[in-house]
Amino acid sequence: MSHRARFAVFVIGVAGLAVLYVLAAFRLPDFGGRFHPYGERAVTSAIAERTKNVVSSVNFDQRAFDTVGEELILFASALGAVVLLRTVRREREEEAGEHGYGPADVFDALRLTGYALLPVTLLIGVYIVAHGHLSPGGGFQGGVVLGTALHLLYLTGDYPALDRLRPVPAFEAGEALAAGVFVILGLAGAGLVIPMNAMVGLEVGCAIVLVLTKFFEQALLVRTDEAGKGEGT
Amino acid sequence: MSHLPYLAAGWILLAGIFGMVTSRNLVHVVVCLSVTQSATYVLLLTIGYRKGGTAPVFSDIKPTGKVVDPVVQAMALTDIVVNATVTALLLALAVQVAKRRGTIDPDQLRPLE
Repeated sequence: MSHRARFAVFVIGVAGLAVLYVLAAFRLPDFGGRFHPYGERAVTSAIAERTKNVVSSVNFDQRAFDTVGEELILFASALGAVVLLRTVRREREEEAGEHGYGPADVFDALRLTGYALLPVTLLIGVYIVAHGHLSPGGGFQGGVVLGTALHLLYLTGDYPALDRLRPVPAFEAGEALAAGVFVILGLAGAGLVIPMNAMVGLEVGCAIVLVLTKFFEQALLVRTDEAGKGEGT
Repeated sequence: MSHLPYLAAGWILLAGIFGMVTSRNLVHVVVCLSVTQSATYVLLLTIGYRKGGTAPVFSDIKPTGKVVDPVVQAMALTDIVVNATVTALLLALAVQVAKRRGTIDPDQLRPLE
């Protein structure tokens, strides 16, 4: 389909969508209105369960079974990304540190900041996971902090150190274990906000580390054997 | 004017779709898909907003305090997680396309061999 034909189809489709959407939008309840029946029930139920963060309560208590589905989406797409980015036969993977990704390229101040922030960031991640039922935060948010914290080591220019601190099989096991335990908790029933938060934190952290590992390998380590092709540095 | 936020969500949706249709770069397509999906965050939070309401976290307010709807906020959280994972998966696909075909322009790609 040519560009022009495709654009014409797009314009027709979008015009229809826009008209229907505007008509629908004006039939929706007023912005900022008072009528929130589900919200009020969720708040009442969360306070009865003493979960002060109602969003956590909805996700891990009232709708825990639905969150299992969300969790499995996360698991499946992390798995998909890892499978897609595996090293294929024509390629070979270099050892970390074969090239100069070492500390030499980075300012000392940046390196020190990275090393100093690593434990602090890990601590904040654990805090956000552990306090998810009381204050804003939870497993998903804290897991992202935990997963990205390790990559401060990459910012310090020390890819070999990141590689040593990040045993991939351990993270794979952690990811699978967390997903399995989460499914069991989700089937077990209500009122398990804290362990579910912890499992989600573990799983999200592991998934991020695994996916970023694969992207890093693609960018830094994987080379195609045919000379000159795929040298994407 | 009380329906303006709904219309803003629709506008973001259309802007994202426009970007995807006219894109010449697969990474750009993935980012446009993220933009499209962020329309749903705006829509969800708009539906849940209540005038004068604060965040639905009762650490430091009374249980009778007025809060916005927590159900749609939880859905927005789900939405963000799905968006992040889908983005990772699609970027992985873009990496493979770049490696196998040597281009990430969707127009240069032929149907499956």
